[in-house]
Amino acid sequence: MRKVMEGSMAVAEAVKACKPHLISAYPITPQTHIVEFLASMVADGQLNSEFVNVESEFGAASVVLGGSAAGARVYSATTSQGLLLMNEVLYNIAGMRLPVVICAVNRAVSAPINIWNDQQDSISVRDSGWIQLYAENNQDAMDLHVQAYRIAEDHRVLLPVMVCMDGFVLTHTFEPVELLDQEKVDKFLPPYKPLFHLTPKQPVTMGMFAGPDCYMEFRYMMQQAMERSAAVIEEVAEEFARIFGRYTGGLIEQYQVEDADTVLVSMGSLVETIKDVVDAERANGRKVGCLKIRAYRPFPAKQIRQALSRAKRVAVVEKCVSLGATSPVAADVKSCLYSTTGGPEVSSFVVGLGGRDIPTDTIRAIIDQVETGQTDLTYMDLQTDWLEEEVSA
Amino acid sequence: MKLTPGAVGMPGTTSPNRTGDWRVSYPVFHNEKCGGCRLCEMACPEGCVTGDPKAKHFEFDPYYCKGCGICMAVCPVNDIEMAQENR
Repeated sequence: MRKVMEGSMAVAEAVKACKPHLISAYPITPQTHIVEFLASMVADGQLNSEFVNVESEFGAASVVLGGSAAGARVYSATTSQGLLLMNEVLYNIAGMRLPVVICAVNRAVSAPINIWNDQQDSISVRDSGWIQLYAENNQDAMDLHVQAYRIAEDHRVLLPVMVCMDGFVLTHTFEPVELLDQEKVDKFLPPYKPLFHLTPKQPVTMGMFAGPDCYMEFRYMMQQAMERSAAVIEEVAEEFARIFGRYTGGLIEQYQVEDADTVLVSMGSLVETIKDVVDAERANGRKVGCLKIRAYRPFPAKQIRQALSRAKRVAVVEKCVSLGATSPVAADVKSCLYSTTGGPEVSSFVVGLGGRDIPTDTIRAIIDQVETGQTDLTYMDLQTDWLEEEVSA
Repeated sequence: MKLTPGAVGMPGTTSPNRTGDWRVSYPVFHNEKCGGCRLCEMACPEGCVTGDPKAKHFEFDPYYCKGCGICMAVCPVNDIEMAQENR
């Protein structure tokens, strides 16, 4: 059944269908609607789940860590400063190999304070050992939540999953979504069977002390699990497609990439804008394509290398930057192409920081620019006349 | 030894760790004025003080004792002294 609903509501419906035992979250714009909807569902008896109110995101992450360690399926959602406040716990959740699922609503980070969308928050926790999946639209966001639990709870993986979803652009947008049939979700997502869990009957310690003699081995095991998760993500997407009749998962998506000379690489909702530009430019006879990275961790280097093997030029367009270096996604794309002989030229573009609108003209300007030559780290649409004058020595 | 995902440990897996190696001083149980109150045994954070209250005799396990001196501090009759570890 198709229904028009807000992105946050679609996510809340998906989470409800996954039947988490425990939800804990702290409200923060633009994540608030997701957890408000879930709190109502619990209060109205539509969702049999423990909803724990906490004093901070650090508390929320700690509560879901404990719940997951006790063998429960758990959920949380946050954004921006909230995600950064969770940071210490995120590393612990991953290190303890707990299959927690959270929605990271993407928002700019302070300072200056800004509540609008970019992807700096989730990008800055990319090394924490969490799988990161970026949603292109609300259907993606909904379906990825259901797939996330399957991926996380798979004993070949046992790593937490962060479903990343652009704040406001998706969370607050009403669009039609195909609803999830509860029977199908139950069939697709069996109850969580933990490898170990906390119980007085058989006491265990999780994330115990590991000295220089074995710490590296634990980190290496996480690296291996991350690498194994790539195949699991693809497998789960295919099974989801078999049961629900739509493919909304996987590591990457190629849109008109096969014969494209110029390929734009991006993540999240921006991909929809780029696809529109690709369609328009194709009609003008320009051979452009779009490569969507859905899984940023594990980074699908092999798939990206293969997808870009025929391209002449690549423009990585992203809503984040590693200040003092290049932009993170571009760095990863460049690094996976480095050893390829005759590979494409890679240019890097930063767009839409702090919720700056990204019109199709900006995407067109990026295509024009890369067709005239390679460029390193270009900030698009800067109001250069507002910038402080350069400080002279 | 096989490592478990998430560094999960069963009870007692850290017992081979010789925490007594960290010690710079150690308790001397004189067992002269001891009244058998067991405060030293109960206050020891490592659980490594054992003894017999009836016999008014207590001792520590040098394998685990970190030399914190709490037993000395809680002894109501000052029957425990700390001595410098010479290794």
